[in-house]
Amino acid sequence: MKKIIAAAAAALALAVVPAQAEKLKVGFVYVGPVGDHGWSYQHNQGRLAVEEALGDQVETTFVENVSEGPDAERTIERLAHDGNKLIFTTSFGFMNPTLKVAKKFPDVKFEHATGYKRADNVATYSARFYEGRYVIGQIAAKMSKTGTVGYIGSFPIPEVVRGINSFMLGAQSVNPDMKVKVVWVNSWYDPGKEADAAKALIDQGADVISQHTDSPAPLQVAEERGIVGFGQASDMIRFAPKAQLTAIVDNWSDYYIARTKAVIDGSWKSEDAWGGFAANMVNMAPYTNLPEDVVKMAEETAARIKSGELHPFAGPITKQDGSEAVKAGETLGDDVLLGMNWYVKGVDDKLPE
Amino acid sequence: MRLELVRRPEQSRRMAMLSPLLAIALTLVSGAILFAALGHDPVRALGVYFIEPLTTSWSVQELLVKATPLVMIAVGLAICYLSNNWNIGAEGQFTFGAIAGSGVALSLNSWDSGLLLPLMLVAGILGGMAWAAIPAFLKTRFNTNEILTSLMLVYVAQLLLDWLVRGPWRDPGGYNFPESEVFSDAATMPLLIAGSRLHIGAVFAVLAVVVAAIMLGATLKGFEIRVLGQAPKAGSFAGFSRTRLTVFAFLLSGGLAGLAGISEVSGTIGQLRPTISPGYGFAAIIVAFLGRLNPIGILVAGLLLALSYLGGEAAQVSLGISDKITKVFQGMLLIYVLACDTFILYRPRLVRANPTGEAAHGRA
Repeated sequence: MKKIIAAAAAALALAVVPAQAEKLKVGFVYVGPVGDHGWSYQHNQGRLAVEEALGDQVETTFVENVSEGPDAERTIERLAHDGNKLIFTTSFGFMNPTLKVAKKFPDVKFEHATGYKRADNVATYSARFYEGRYVIGQIAAKMSKTGTVGYIGSFPIPEVVRGINSFMLGAQSVNPDMKVKVVWVNSWYDPGKEADAAKALIDQGADVISQHTDSPAPLQVAEERGIVGFGQASDMIRFAPKAQLTAIVDNWSDYYIARTKAVIDGSWKSEDAWGGFAANMVNMAPYTNLPEDVVKMAEETAARIKSGELHPFAGPITKQDGSEAVKAGETLGDDVLLGMNWYVKGVDDKLPE
Repeated sequence: MRLELVRRPEQSRRMAMLSPLLAIALTLVSGAILFAALGHDPVRALGVYFIEPLTTSWSVQELLVKATPLVMIAVGLAICYLSNNWNIGAEGQFTFGAIAGSGVALSLNSWDSGLLLPLMLVAGILGGMAWAAIPAFLKTRFNTNEILTSLMLVYVAQLLLDWLVRGPWRDPGGYNFPESEVFSDAATMPLLIAGSRLHIGAVFAVLAVVVAAIMLGATLKGFEIRVLGQAPKAGSFAGFSRTRLTVFAFLLSGGLAGLAGISEVSGTIGQLRPTISPGYGFAAIIVAFLGRLNPIGILVAGLLLALSYLGGEAAQVSLGISDKITKVFQGMLLIYVLACDTFILYRPRLVRANPTGEAAHGRA
């Protein structure tokens, strides 16, 4: 009897173990639902791209709607316990939980999006969305008749403030008198609140809506009210075929595939990646509902940013309080951009302090 | 023909005890049907959901971590509800307790002393009490509806927290991200098991259960709570003060919610963040009723609800089932508990249409 069991166990081990050992398990933690059609949706597209590109070599899992509170650490740790050797945590609020779990699992590699703390097995990555913001700022200034743009913000963290500033600088490069009104909804994904914010902004005279929240709701409101806007994180054209002018599309696929390959071939290192147009991390969705000259301008601007000829934060830039942020001929450094907590001149809002 | 609910003259004690178990059984059966409809093997799916989290020591520890704030808050709420005070704002008291306790931690973050943590806990309790005292005061002084005031104060507390972590309490070395500094070791709850997240807050939760059970079962205060809750007039004749009891119940439940808040921040999160709770204060209301407003029952119910959260996560990871399943399970559980309770108190009766009454209406 014992022999039979031993033989069976051996057979089982032979049959099962090698097949599993070859597969790299990759886990993803999302802050929103996969169906938000924005931020988390786009990360999930990246996950699917990894599966498609690497096929049998990987097995991926994800957990969605993970609150950025006490649950995050458990969720990340569960994925590590579950045998995932590479884990992407895709929201800023997962930073400290990721680092805590990483300490307990030194052989697991972690990738944290939009954070700034790294460790030997924790890398960080983000995209220079502000490059796209500059382009849509220019488009907004061209398309607005009232000269007022509504901007729906999630949280006043540097990434979002940077986006508003870049948008404003783009708009001012076309029309120096452009006004931007900001409403904060204090959520990344809350279609109801986002729609209300859009309505409030339109009632205050905005005729172009831009958003830094993840649902298509503001764009849908724009469509209903007959004005225009921009998609966020993913191409939202099917939610607003008449209202979407373009969208800033996050493209995580290339990065996720490269990092997963790096773990498989053993070349993975903890790094900080911050890519924009040039790295193909940020793309513009097709330009729609726009006159030809505006499309041409947008394409040219995007190309100039991509080639490095144009930097959205090239001086001279004046802060809202009138002081000088950077002189003509100089450009704001990444260190300033990463901690940005002030508005440029012309933004019609006070940063929540 | 219509269905009527008729009050039963006598309630079966045995059924009253069995009702939560029946509700759980019905939830499991419905869950199995649900999983089967989604195309999963129901036995395996239920196993992943309800059994797997209990099989590794890590997930059992996490279960206790998750149940700790739920039980702590629900015990206080039960006493509130038994005394006919409807405190819906435990989430706000949790938040304000966390703010008060963290205030101590952050202002004394370099003070490496064993006194720091007790001081924080006391501040957390007082913070929760203070926040609960507002609806209590409004109710006793102006007869305001406490359901409304306590609920509204949740949002005030959350926005206050939001403002603090984005403004005055923001980590100066944190690139303006909305987080406080990470608490020092002296300001962190000691762990019960090294390497886990299980902290001494779990012990506080069990203590709260024991103390509340004794108070309700064997003291005059417990009698007062029950009498004033069920028959306010009889209570007044007995010389009990409704006003004083309202204040007592709110302060007690607020204090426990505040303790849960600072324990969670200091024990499991380690810093103040804009979001510190996935809705513990509201989930605890389910726990309180699932536990039949009985401290021991609440302990069991808290563990069960925590299990439903963990199981939902496990099902997402191993079966690829949407996270909405967790909410469906919690909803089913609550509905079945309420339905079972209703059928213990009431008997359904099929009433034939009253020929005269109906006819009169029909021909008028």
